[in-house]
Amino acid sequence: MIAYIIRRLLYAIPILIGVNLITFLLFFVVNSPDDIARMQLGAKRVTPEAIEKWKAERGYDKPMVWNAAAPGVAKATDTILFDKSVRMFALDFGRADDGRDIALEIKSRMGPSLAIAIPTFILGLFVTVSFALLLVFFRNTALDVGGVVLCVAAMSISGLFYIIGGQYLVSKVWNLVPISGYSGGLDAGKFLILPVLISVVGGIGASARWYRTLFLEEINKDYVRTARAKGLSELRVLFRHVLKNAMIPILTGVVVVIPLLFMGSLLLESFFGIPGLGSYTIDAIGSQDFAVVRSMVFIGSVLYIIGLLLTDISYTLVDPRVRLN
Amino acid sequence: MSGPDVRHAVEPLLEVRGLIAELDTPAGVARAVDGLDFEVRAGETMALLGESGCGKSMTAGALMRLLPDVGYIAGGSVKLAGRELTTLTEAQMRESRGSDMAMIFQEPATSLNPVLTVLQQIGEVLATHRGLRGAPARARALELLNAVGIPDAARRLDEYPFQFSGGMKQRVMIAMALAGEPRLLIADEPTTALDVTIQAQVLDLLARLQRERGMAVLLITHDLGVVARMAHHIGVMYAGQLIEQAPRAAFFTRPAHPYSKLLFDALPDAARHGRGELATIPGSVPPLTTAFTGCRFADRCPQAWSRCHDEAPAWHEAGEAQRVRCHLYDPAEAARAVPLAAVASQVAADDRLPRAQAPLLSVRDLKVHFPIRRGVLQRVVGQVRAVDGVSLDIRPGRTLALVGESGCGKTTVGKAILRLIEPTDGSVSLDGQDVGSLSRSALRSLRARMQMVFQDPYGSLNPRMRVGEIIGEGMGALQQGGDGVAVARLLEQVGLRADMADRYPHEFSGGQRQRIAIARSLAVQPALIVCDEPTSALDVSVQAQILNLLGRLQRDMGLAYLFITHNIAVVEHLAHDVAVMYLGRIVEIGSVDQVLGAPRHPYTKALLSAVPRADLDAATLPQKLAGDLPSPADPPSGCHFHPRCPRAQARCGTDAPVLEGRDGRQAVACWFAD
Amino acid sequence: MDFKPLLLWSDILLWAMVAGCVALAFYCRRQDYLRRAWRRVGESGVAMSSATILAAFVSVGLLDSLHYQPRLPAQEGSTEAQYAPEVLSALDALVADLRLNKEKTYSAPLATHAFAKETMERDGVQTRDYPRLKWGGAHLEDVAGRDSDLARRAASGAFYGLLLWAAVVGVAVGLMALARGAPYGATCRTVWQPGTAATRPIAWRAVFATLAVLSVIGGITAAWAAGYHVFGTDKVGQDVLYLSLKSVRTALLIGTLTTLVTLPLAVALGLIAGFRGGWWDDAIQYLYTVLNSIPGVLLIAAMVLMMQVVIDTHPEWFETAAERADARLLALCFILGLTSWTGLCRLLRAETLKLRELDYVQAARAFGVGDARIMARHILPNLMHIVLIALVMDFSGLVLSEAVLSYIGIGVDSSMNSFGTMINAARLELSREPVVWWSLAAAFVLMLALVLAANLFADAVRDAFDPRFQWRARRVVKKVAA
Repeated sequence: MIAYIIRRLLYAIPILIGVNLITFLLFFVVNSPDDIARMQLGAKRVTPEAIEKWKAERGYDKPMVWNAAAPGVAKATDTILFDKSVRMFALDFGRADDGRDIALEIKSRMGPSLAIAIPTFILGLFVTVSFALLLVFFRNTALDVGGVVLCVAAMSISGLFYIIGGQYLVSKVWNLVPISGYSGGLDAGKFLILPVLISVVGGIGASARWYRTLFLEEINKDYVRTARAKGLSELRVLFRHVLKNAMIPILTGVVVVIPLLFMGSLLLESFFGIPGLGSYTIDAIGSQDFAVVRSMVFIGSVLYIIGLLLTDISYTLVDPRVRLN
Repeated sequence: MSGPDVRHAVEPLLEVRGLIAELDTPAGVARAVDGLDFEVRAGETMALLGESGCGKSMTAGALMRLLPDVGYIAGGSVKLAGRELTTLTEAQMRESRGSDMAMIFQEPATSLNPVLTVLQQIGEVLATHRGLRGAPARARALELLNAVGIPDAARRLDEYPFQFSGGMKQRVMIAMALAGEPRLLIADEPTTALDVTIQAQVLDLLARLQRERGMAVLLITHDLGVVARMAHHIGVMYAGQLIEQAPRAAFFTRPAHPYSKLLFDALPDAARHGRGELATIPGSVPPLTTAFTGCRFADRCPQAWSRCHDEAPAWHEAGEAQRVRCHLYDPAEAARAVPLAAVASQVAADDRLPRAQAPLLSVRDLKVHFPIRRGVLQRVVGQVRAVDGVSLDIRPGRTLALVGESGCGKTTVGKAILRLIEPTDGSVSLDGQDVGSLSRSALRSLRARMQMVFQDPYGSLNPRMRVGEIIGEGMGALQQGGDGVAVARLLEQVGLRADMADRYPHEFSGGQRQRIAIARSLAVQPALIVCDEPTSALDVSVQAQILNLLGRLQRDMGLAYLFITHNIAVVEHLAHDVAVMYLGRIVEIGSVDQVLGAPRHPYTKALLSAVPRADLDAATLPQKLAGDLPSPADPPSGCHFHPRCPRAQARCGTDAPVLEGRDGRQAVACWFAD
Repeated sequence: MDFKPLLLWSDILLWAMVAGCVALAFYCRRQDYLRRAWRRVGESGVAMSSATILAAFVSVGLLDSLHYQPRLPAQEGSTEAQYAPEVLSALDALVADLRLNKEKTYSAPLATHAFAKETMERDGVQTRDYPRLKWGGAHLEDVAGRDSDLARRAASGAFYGLLLWAAVVGVAVGLMALARGAPYGATCRTVWQPGTAATRPIAWRAVFATLAVLSVIGGITAAWAAGYHVFGTDKVGQDVLYLSLKSVRTALLIGTLTTLVTLPLAVALGLIAGFRGGWWDDAIQYLYTVLNSIPGVLLIAAMVLMMQVVIDTHPEWFETAAERADARLLALCFILGLTSWTGLCRLLRAETLKLRELDYVQAARAFGVGDARIMARHILPNLMHIVLIALVMDFSGLVLSEAVLSYIGIGVDSSMNSFGTMINAARLELSREPVVWWSLAAAFVLMLALVLAANLFADAVRDAFDPRFQWRARRVVKKVAA
């Protein structure tokens, strides 16, 4: 099992290198720094000097992959590839266009992001799994059919409408919580409750339907028939036998997103004005701050890969066949 | 063995009257169980015998009130120890399940929960029905595992099902069923998924437990051999109905219903050895959505007359305690001849083929090893020796049966001969031409000489191609021009109609699909066909049709077969020569009379005696073979069989015996062979 | 000629896809298993009514994909025809009333007066009041008569709608009678009779019932639209109904063109990885794991930003604004395709791994059939149902993605009508008092109708083609965004 985890860990390295390379290609090769400078400076101020100045300010004036002019090791390190891409492995992301240090910014924005993402994740998982179990318990009844129809309808509504509708109803019409904003400490609760609820409600449709099919798949297995033949009650069959086995596929989908919770939610944070990483990303996209977008792409991938590793490990916890082989 | 007189002295434990169970299928309501009447007494084994789709498993489900979501009990009564089960509330029924009555299933591999330990799964029953938890439960579970013969039970309690072999899993299932101390055990095809030596162990175990505990057992099976070994009383099911009920002795000496008789005649065995044709039952079981008017078997019955089609037969006495649902036994029809003339036409034995002929296929020291990769870098740490030095010859027009249990490498041998799997070592030559050294293009022309028929008739035909395309594919690939005429001729040759070429495989039954597969392999006019368990997925009556077809084709076209099988009865019926494989090696090879008539290797002997025979002597205890088949990844040293061998001595554990034959007797790989 | 036809690249691709679908339909008719599966879809009432709704959307989208440039009034002295730089479509021509009759700014649905007060002079006195609209209800002498006017128009609209419906159904049943060689009356009865489990007819009833509802709604809307803004107007006074109709094409394009990128990638790579194994498999798996590890929105965002730079630095590539917006839309489809093929590829690889071990593949090998032929004859046809199901299931996810991406600012060109841009423009107006809700409501209703129909249809297709295969609602963007 340890060999298995080490192997997965080793496998992560080439993937991270691949991600890094893709971002490098995307941000520096598809468009040269000159192109980007020209676009950012706008048509009016484009002079060769302005472009050079813009590049120098951001360290884009170096050669791409090989600096023949530099001495020694710097031939390889004093380049855009090394400066902008390889340094990301050390979590050195450089500065944003507004001059702030990206790593510091990310650190300070992680808190608010997690404050929404964690409750959403836990509550969402609990609610959807319970709802799916309920549907499965009442399978082949009108309740089940109605529930599935509800799920399909719910997943046919764009996430934007959940947010807009929720904000409008709860904050504006009923005036229950502030429409947007954020503060640290316990005060945060009143700002967080609505985005969390909206996000949970918005996610029920697709997930509950998916979990329901997983449960139904399990419920037709032979060992469930065995469990019933033992005289166990339907609830016990459902919780002890079906749920435990269905957890294995559920885990693949769930554990992998846990690290990504750090990234926050783009839509919710921007709608609710929460200063997390999601809104940071959106703002960066809006202002075309490539350094920030590049950093977020890299962090997102690192977190995803961590998620994959966690998934592998969680497999060993729930599935004895993986653990003991 | 309780005779009929004993039977009537005891009150029945289970009493089923007019049981009807239905399924809501897209094609309409299927009455899977239609008016069943039978009883089972304590200490007695009642066998429900029937082919697939006759409703026997639905009967078990209805008794336990565990039917699929679309199924329901539509009428009748089930009384267990005088208590009516069909009217109980679900909660009351749950108390009964697992304690009054318990059930074991066909597939031990899927019937145990993969993520719970054995103790947890047995513990559930103990907690639910016996109120045992914690240490007492553990102690009881340990007793149960010991009772079902699981070695090292104390340690294995905390293991998961995947750590047990198939036979051991079934033992765990039995232990779990026993945990509630049931009075009735329903065993639904309990050994169908097991190898024959393991089947013998499990059947013995069931018989012993029944004797010790005085349980009633309802055994559901399609296997006449299992019935002969286990049952006291037999009920034959057909299309949702019981059509014959008889005590064991009566059933095996004079089966009454034409269907029962045909089942016996369709069974291949040594008695009809000599490549005679087996009796077959034409057609197939009617769908259960049919609204029946007459006898359900009438369309397939060789003795049916008009009354059979118009009027459903009632029960008639056919002998002491033997009842049959057939008009032939109506006293009013006494004029009709009851005995069934042997339907099977005996074909003259053609055993006298010249033996000296040069072999068509010659395999020498064939090895197929699969690497095992482990560790961080997935280095090769060992080899699974699936085939470990196999040598055999097949002469034109003859059949060599390759016999062995699952995992012994017999299928790999077949595929390696055709180079569907690349052999690791050894040589295969066909007509003196070395197959292994051929280039891809040269191999292609040789492909026309060797073909294969696969086990699973459902997986071996591409569902997206028409039958004509399937059969024509081989001709096309080998540039033999697959035109419609050739396809039509082939279809007729395997007993199908030429116009079926335009249909898709899903429109055919299992037996018909296997005919199509045979036609496909015949299309290129091969000299040798490797048949990989071609009948193991089929019902007995259909199996007989396929075996007859293979025999006829051999006679007509001079085909040679490498017949891979685990079914000894089939071997007796159609093979000329037999090779017995154990863990990648051939342990005994010779003519069918030699090997099956006078086996020399201890494994062959054990294997043969483990085969349940469909006759009255079946209940004699076989020579038991302990333990499981070891893994080919880590085979025992020396003779692979020595850990299980009753005659093993020190030498067997160190030196591997060589296959050799003396004095014209069959070759055998054993230091101490007879 | 009064106009010059203009084929945008997206038009070409869309019509090519339509042609492809027709070809596919003919292929399906010849393939027994496909025909049977489609028949099962046809037996489902829900599926058929969803399909009818989808067909209605598709016809709007296709009408909107016949582009032209109108001819400008001939200038003096010039013999050469001059064409307007503005690119219009057949839909624009059909609903010219909606397109051209703009108001100043917001107005509520079916309103006769503007949404905001204005200072105006009445009888020489300056007052602040709601002014009458230029178009909405302008034909009314007295605004008090609006409700009765609406009722009258609704009644006649519904009537004409039903009339049209009756004609369509009449002709359709006639054609069916002709095809079956049955008398008209008998065909009518069989079409209207509910099927039994045994007969299981194609659910024409559902189609006709849905058509009836659509005709009534369409009739009423058309009747109202002739004198009012049915969904109100937006900030610059454009008719919201018109904007919604124009958005349909964008949604359809995103939902379908993306698959042109996804399918070849996923099918080819999945098939090769699964069938060839070894080095190929490792490389392809590596590729999709790398792509998969970058969170969807971020990868899309990065690619779209880069694409913007390319488009912005090369203005000379595009003659008209429409072409530029079109290029951007196609690029977006391309990017969505590049980022969403991995899931299907993984499914196909796994299925190929299973299929290549099946006996019929072994049997083909035993005949010496070559790898390419085995892939084409034995593997690919047995993967088609997965591809098809993935295709219909992805559609709704992509339509939803468009809205989110456009909101974030990495979707379609802001000059292009889409549900995303509509929502984006409207959401800020929710804080107004009273609320400007109609743009959102229009986008909501149309999107829900489109996506729900697509989802229900996809479910039916999945059930018909493979009831056992596990499907997960894969949403490219929602995973991180919501």
